[in-house]
Parts: sequence; structure tokens; C-alpha cells
Amino acid sequence: MEEKMERNNEVLILENISATYDSGEARLPVLKDISLRLKKGEFAALLGPSGSGKSTLLKIAAGLIRPDRGRVLLNGQESTGRVQKVGYMPQQDLLFPWKTLLENAALPLLAAGMAKKEASSRVRELLPIFGLEGFARYYPHQLSGGMRQRAALLRTVLIESSLLLLDEPFAALDAITRENLQEWLLSVLERFHRSVLFVTHSIDEAIYLADRVYLISERPGRIVLEQPIELPRPRSRGIITTAPFLSYKALLMKSLQSKD
Amino acid sequence: MKKWANTAKRSLPGALAVLAVLLLWEALCRVADVAVSKLPPPSAVILSLYHNASLLAEHSRATLAAVAAGLSLSVLVALALAVFMDRHSWLKQALYPLLIISQTIPIIALAPLFLIWFGLGLTSKIVVVALVCFFPMAINLVEGLEQVDPETINLLKVMQAGPAMIFRSAQLPAVLPYFFSGLKIAATYSVMGAVIGEWLAARWGLGVFMLRSMRSYQTANTFAAILVVVVLSLLLFKLTELAAWLAMPWHRHKSVYPEE
Ligand SMILES: Nc1ncnc2c1ncn2[C@@H]1O[C@H](COP(=O)(O)OP(=O)(O)O)[C@@H](O)[C@H]1O
Ligand SMILES: [Mg+2]
Repeated sequence: MEEKMERNNEVLILENISATYDSGEARLPVLKDISLRLKKGEFAALLGPSGSGKSTLLKIAAGLIRPDRGRVLLNGQESTGRVQKVGYMPQQDLLFPWKTLLENAALPLLAAGMAKKEASSRVRELLPIFGLEGFARYYPHQLSGGMRQRAALLRTVLIESSLLLLDEPFAALDAITRENLQEWLLSVLERFHRSVLFVTHSIDEAIYLADRVYLISERPGRIVLEQPIELPRPRSRGIITTAPFLSYKALLMKSLQSKD
Repeated sequence: MKKWANTAKRSLPGALAVLAVLLLWEALCRVADVAVSKLPPPSAVILSLYHNASLLAEHSRATLAAVAAGLSLSVLVALALAVFMDRHSWLKQALYPLLIISQTIPIIALAPLFLIWFGLGLTSKIVVVALVCFFPMAINLVEGLEQVDPETINLLKVMQAGPAMIFRSAQLPAVLPYFFSGLKIAATYSVMGAVIGEWLAARWGLGVFMLRSMRSYQTANTFAAILVVVVLSLLLFKLTELAAWLAMPWHRHKSVYPEE
């Protein structure tokens, strides 16, 4: 298996994925023949209008939903329709209201069988990086929106996996907090070296964060464009007004409009 | 301190209303010269309470034993049934109507049968209490389990948490508010259930005391027993509120950041 992993430089492969929701009589096709490959260490953005099936695709990648057609390969191993241990972060922050920040973040460690005390100290070590020092004993409703997202990210990073599947983590935040967190996320990823599949409906966010953008059409979602983003890293906020950034933006906007 | 003052302020109108009713009642009995055996004035009830204190305590003990056993039984059965109904939707579809029909059957009509089935002892009283308490518990638990966000369960599955951890960290705490609102209703009804059971046949219990004093036209004693039933029911209600407060510490913390 290790040999295979070395040969395959791809953490996640989605092959010809199609999916339909069955609700009584009506069958709603949501994804149509989607293929993508996420390389080790790569940051890919999945960009598309709401309702195009982005969340569904992440659930398929995590094995929470079985697609009608197609295959999911994780580190070279087929895992279609079987729940895998991956850093999946659902669209809502989904911190448990009955658990403190510390207890929420420690969940993946406890699920992996770590002792409570050890898990707590491991979480506490990471609190400063996530800007949450001193808030360990707070309940989620006592935290600001930005803090909750960072706490949810901390919990996600603690799931032992090389893959992060992030579903619009910043969508519910105000513009300023969102921009701060984008920058912060890039700095955090420099530490943790994960491969990321990041769902968003913001063109700016996709270009600013990603190495590669997959543009998804309206429902049923198809990939209409795969665009590598060749902007230098580390990226600072100023990059969003540079000519290359803006030409990517123009390109993506055009593709979004023409394929509707 | 301020909180106590506030609580006192809020309960003042209620206390005054009760006092006014009692005074009016007392005055009416005295002015109209009503026979004590027809309607005893509050003063006679208090006097009877005083004279029969130790006897009433003994009867209360018997009633509370039936209450404790019946209430626990109904909680356990309702919990098990609700979990099963939640796991298997066909079971829920099959049992939900039955559950509602069962609630419309007048228990008092069935109670004589319980004597035949379960004998004259404590068992038949426990069954009556359990039946009275079962419905509010079961309905609330089923509804509570329905409210659990499936994404929270997905999240735990992705962490490779087992069913026990999923129940403990996601389902149980989410259901607690529903559990306690069911328990509040059940606890308040439970004393009445036990009294109904005791009316049919028993040697000890507040129901027995009530019946005996009614038959010998000692109406003041009957009212004293009613008063004890009311006080016990209120105590159980308050006890449930206290248990809810203890069991859900996350409901006690005020929000620091206003909701965005
Ligand atoms: N569990 C479900 N059952 C039925 N339809 C669903 C379900 N989840 C999502 N859908 C529908 O599928 C479509 C795609 O949803 P989703 O994957 O959440 O899109 P996105 O994340 O891109 O907004 C939407 O029209 C949504 O209403
Ligand atoms: Mg979505």
C-alpha cells in the first residue's frame, strides 16, 4: 500500500461522479460526471453557484453519500460510499452547543482513543495558533462568528488525515472577518501541510486561496473549467488588485456567465 | 442577590392571588355558614393537616414509592422505544399512531382490569403511574431525536466515532431539553396517577386516605390530602427543573458576543 501511495501523488481522486437525490417521486440530479484529482499539498477550490451540488460532492468524497456512478479514491485506495477518516468540515460550523471549545476541539482525539488529559493538552497547545487562547472553557454561543469558525477548523485539523474537505467555512462571516481568516488560513496551512478541497461561491476567495479552481455549473453540477492559479506564494492581501489576479477573475466570471 | 429579588418580585402577584382566593373562601364559609362536611374552610384544612401530619406522611410515603417506581419505569421504556423508533423509520411509522391512540384511552376505566392482571399490591399502582407518564415522555423523546441534525452525526462518523460515542456526544445532549420538558409533565401527572391507582384498592397511600375520609364525611381531611398531592406534584416539578439546570450547564452561560 505504501508503494502505491508513493507512486500515486494524488491524495484524492474523483472519477466520473454522478449523483441524484430521491425525494419521493421526484428524482433530482445534482452532479453529472465530475472528475477531479487533488495532488499532495495542493489547495483546490470548488467554485460554483449555490445549489450546484458542491456540498454533496464533499460528502461523496468523505464517503458519507454513495454516488450513483463513479469512484472515489483516497490515497490510491477505493473508498466509494464508505465513510473515511478525513478532515471534513460541514457547511455550518456545527460546534456542539453543549461542549466547551476545548471539548469540541478534542472530539477527534477522543474518537481516536486518546486519553482525555492528553487530548486536552494537545488542544491547548494549538489554541494560540488558532487565536483562541484563553477561551478553552467557553461555550460556542459565547464566541464570535470568526472564533467559532477557527474553533471548527481546529477540530477539523485534529482529525488525523492528510486531506481537508472544507465546505464554505467563511461564507457566513462579514467581509472583514472573512478576509482576515483567509489570510490566517493560508498561514496555518503552511504549518500543517494538508491537501485541501475548499468549497466556495466567491470568485475572489477561490483565486486568492487556491492553486487550482474547479468551476461547477448550475444543477446538475458539471465541471465547466479547471483553472490552475499560478500566483506566487506566500500571498498577501495586496495580490487581489494585481493584473494577473484580475485576469483570472475576468476569466472565471466569463465562464460562470456563459455556462449558466 | 439581584436575581433573588427579581424572582421574588415575579412570584409576588401569584402569591397574592392564591392568598386572595383563600381569604375569600374562608370568608364565604363563615358568612354563609356552610357545613364543614360540605365545604371546609381553609382554616379547617390546615387544622386537619396539623392533626393528621404523621398519618399523612405515612400515606405520602406509599404514594411516592409508586410514583418513583412508575415514573422510572415509564422513562426507561419510553427511552428505549424512542431510540428504536429513531433507528428504524418503519417502526416509528407503525408505532406512532398506536402511541397516540393509547393516550386517548381513559385509564380510569382500565384501572380495575389492572387489579385483576397485576394484583392488589404495589404493582398495579406502578403500572397506572407508568401509563400516565409514558406518553409525554415517549412523544417528547421521539420528537427530540428527530431534531438531531444529521450533519452532527456525519461529523462524528468522519472522525470514526462509534455508535456509543455518537449517542453520548451528539444525540443524548440534543435530546435533553425534550427529555426534561416531557419529564416535567410526567412528574406532575405521576402523583395523580398513583392516587387513581390507590382509589381502586390499596392499604396505604394518599388515595386511600382521601377515600376513607370522604366516606366518613371528614371533608377537611380529604382537602388536606388534596393539598398534600398538590404540594408533592409541585415539588416534583421543581425537582425536575433543578435536574435540568444541573444536567445542562451550557444553558446557564450568557452570550458574550451578540448574535451576528
Ligand atoms: N438530503 C437531500 N435530499 C434531497 N435534496 C437535497 C439534499 N441535500 C441537498 N439537496 C438538494 O441538492 C441540490 C444540491 O445541494 P448542495 O449539494 O447542498 O449544493 P451546494 O452546496 O452547491 O449549494 C440542492 O438543490 C439541494 O436542495
Ligand atoms: Mg453547500
